[in-house]
Amino acid sequence: MAESNNQSAETKLSDVHKRIKAAFETFDNAANNTVDVREIGTIIYSLGCFPSQADLHDFIAEVEEDHSGYIHLDRFLPAMTKVLLEHKFPPIPKDLLLQAFEVLDKDNKGYLEPEELTKYMTQEGEPFTQEEMEEMLTGLADHERNVIYYKDVINQLAIDPDM
Amino acid sequence: MGCGTSVATETQGKRVERDEAVQTPGPALTMKAAVLIQRWYRRYMARLEMRRRYTWNIFQSIEYAGEQDQLQLSSFFSFMLDNFTQLNGNGPDLISQLLDPVVDPWLDREICYSLILVPESYSGPRLSFPLSVSDTNALLAAFKEQQTLHARYVLQLLYETKKLLKQMPNIIHLSTSYTKEITICGDLHGRLDDLLLIFYKNGLPSAETPYVFNGDFVDRGKKSVEVVILLFAYLLLYPDNMHLNRGNHEDYIMNLRYGFTKEVMQKYKTHGQEILQLFQDVFSLLPVATVIDGKILIVHGGISDQTNLDFLSSIERHKVKSALRFPKRSLEQLDIGQSCRLTKRLRLTDGSRPSSSRSHSKNQRTQNQRKRRCGLSRQDSVASTSSSLSSSSSSSSLCSPRTPSCISPRPCPSSPSIPYSINVLQVPFLDSLTSVPLPSPPQNEQEWKQIVDVLWSDPKIQEGCSPNTFRGGGCYFGPDVTQRLLLQHGLQLLIRSHECKQEGYELCHGGQVITIFSASNYYEEGSNRGAYIKVGRELVPRFYQYQVSRTTRKLTLTQRVRAAEGSALRALKEKLFAHRSELMCGFQEYDQNYTGRVSVSEWALVLEAVLRLDLPWRTLRPHLARLAPDGSVEYQSCFEDMGPGIPLPQVTSNLAETLFRYRTDIEIIFNIIDKDHSGLISIEEFRHTWRLFSAHLGVAIDDSAIDDLARSIDFNKDGSIDFTEFLEAFRVVHKLDSKDPHLSEKMSRKKYS
Repeated sequence: MAESNNQSAETKLSDVHKRIKAAFETFDNAANNTVDVREIGTIIYSLGCFPSQADLHDFIAEVEEDHSGYIHLDRFLPAMTKVLLEHKFPPIPKDLLLQAFEVLDKDNKGYLEPEELTKYMTQEGEPFTQEEMEEMLTGLADHERNVIYYKDVINQLAIDPDM
Repeated sequence: MGCGTSVATETQGKRVERDEAVQTPGPALTMKAAVLIQRWYRRYMARLEMRRRYTWNIFQSIEYAGEQDQLQLSSFFSFMLDNFTQLNGNGPDLISQLLDPVVDPWLDREICYSLILVPESYSGPRLSFPLSVSDTNALLAAFKEQQTLHARYVLQLLYETKKLLKQMPNIIHLSTSYTKEITICGDLHGRLDDLLLIFYKNGLPSAETPYVFNGDFVDRGKKSVEVVILLFAYLLLYPDNMHLNRGNHEDYIMNLRYGFTKEVMQKYKTHGQEILQLFQDVFSLLPVATVIDGKILIVHGGISDQTNLDFLSSIERHKVKSALRFPKRSLEQLDIGQSCRLTKRLRLTDGSRPSSSRSHSKNQRTQNQRKRRCGLSRQDSVASTSSSLSSSSSSSSLCSPRTPSCISPRPCPSSPSIPYSINVLQVPFLDSLTSVPLPSPPQNEQEWKQIVDVLWSDPKIQEGCSPNTFRGGGCYFGPDVTQRLLLQHGLQLLIRSHECKQEGYELCHGGQVITIFSASNYYEEGSNRGAYIKVGRELVPRFYQYQVSRTTRKLTLTQRVRAAEGSALRALKEKLFAHRSELMCGFQEYDQNYTGRVSVSEWALVLEAVLRLDLPWRTLRPHLARLAPDGSVEYQSCFEDMGPGIPLPQVTSNLAETLFRYRTDIEIIFNIIDKDHSGLISIEEFRHTWRLFSAHLGVAIDDSAIDDLARSIDFNKDGSIDFTEFLEAFRVVHKLDSKDPHLSEKMSRKKYS
């Protein structure tokens, strides 16, 4: 958001609105300003936020049109604007992430076995589905040793070209 | 979270999870850590999904925009065809042979293929008709081994298929009572691997395993010939258990652009023309719809609010050779006939007027203006024919936007005292006028529309029916249209194809419409799955998905997205480059002080306006253009990074861009000029072709520029140009990407030998 630093608050607000609308429209298949509620997480994440599942549930409860399964831009826009302007779901700093992995790496090996990670991810916190787990293992595991070198992974996945 | 290091446990194996008794900050901390990692990872995946989405959008936008271009090209052909029989005065040439076949007596008699000798050295399958299972097995084996079927057998196969199809009605009615289940497949687009995979997973066509293939067997993929031969072979073998619907790509004009024609000509150098001729007939004879148990309707594209199955059954489907040849009657829309009749008898003309005024007026028009004109003239033509069409809200007429202004015909001057009558038109062609007879009586527009609607339409979410401007043909039909049609004919489900879907299939209109698409990895490796449907007597569809992959290792979403994204972005950058001048004009309007920068919003606005692609430009910006330190966009950076190999010698950038933008069109036209496909055309032919082309497109090119261009290319001493190399000079040289069917077809195209 470098461009917004030099602009007035108004322009900043309109830029924020445009960003939100653009992200929203990518999932607005019918071009009628609604998206499926199940896509809201993706949209919010893509706008640079890191809500937890609980955060998402709360957000959805606010903006959903009484369990229709759809969310209309009219309600999404103000709610999301607030989130962005207030930095409600800030990104996770890299070192914090590293600490989190180190907590899980109880033996201080510097890596995690797939079984270890699976256990944590599917049994703790806000558990992954089996599909999510498989994708994570396929994506993050070192191909030869079949373990997850979390330090490397954090750096790899932290590359954020935009936003 | 205070501790930065983990607490080591005493023993290796013990994991202190939920043991409350242990005092180490185990459980709560672990949970917190887990949540953090999950949040982080989910966000990463969501961003990937986002990228996948807009990558998808890019591909689709470009694809449909390409199809619209096709409309413009084909209107050019139609005009050529309807008004000229000879391009360069050398007698009937490929255009007329290809585009307007007189019924060739040879092709309806068995002699045509039986005269062809198959050499001893030919090691491919030798078919014997009527076909047996050993023949189809031989074909399967041969195609798996990359063999080509000999032209003689291709012709014979096509001839037999034509005979069979002639007996079939427009709408085929099937029943599940005699079979276990019917399998329905969608677009294949020349993907032999997908077809073989389906046969492998689901079984070969037989009495126990009946199939319906819902169109678009050819174009884009590299094995269209093999795919369609197999399908026709099984059709001949099991005519009661194999059913083929026509798709919008079973159309010789589409084939010219999207690769089938080229594939045939490359694989069959001697007999390619005859083969294409027969394909044209066979395609137009394919049934347009299938109905299962009177309940499930299967068509390639969709329906419109005018679709009427009874009417559809009654028309002569083979008369609609191509959806893109607009009915001859609409020449009236072009004002040729009207202006002759309505205007005064004598036009004040002189011999030099048409061509010179034409090229002069073209100088002032930009691409954008031309597009707007297109919009206007389309409306005009719709308005003028609204009385002749049935009172329909959805007009799917494909008009020719360009021709009204390209031509300024003169009637044959006649004496003022004689009542005005038109026997002959004087139409400008290149540098002179040619007399042509008036076009023959019109083909029935309503019949044409029924077929086009069924082959080209797409479903939409909103109610109603509107013209499908994206594709240039057919309609967008809403759930109410579906509902009405199903009700009207006592149907319960519409199965169609025509659109690529990530999962290979998709439901809409409350489950009343299913889209089924059978070409996996359509845009790029990993872009989508393919699927097929099975229905049994209970008429509940079941979906089977698959994905052809080149590697055995499963690609992660990241890898797939990256691959697809790269491909899409390359295609997008090509578009940017091809419209460089207009884009620069647009940018400079916002940058009066020539700083070289505009704001992100302005940048996005210009792109949207010029390219007319509905894409999330702001999101894509980082991949397309650089930001200055103050956050504004350095718009020149859009055109960088197009790779090495774009020499722009003594040519104006306009010319280079035009060539680049229309290179596919150029290829097609050049291919037609180069009748023997030797890869060589004379300078004279080149000049004529270029003038023709630029006249049609409204690009101002003067002769000296063309000659300079020709001279700057290495050509043989006898004055021939190898236009393959010529095109190479202006094409962006990408890394050889064998996965991209569009690029690789051109890249790997060797000399015609």
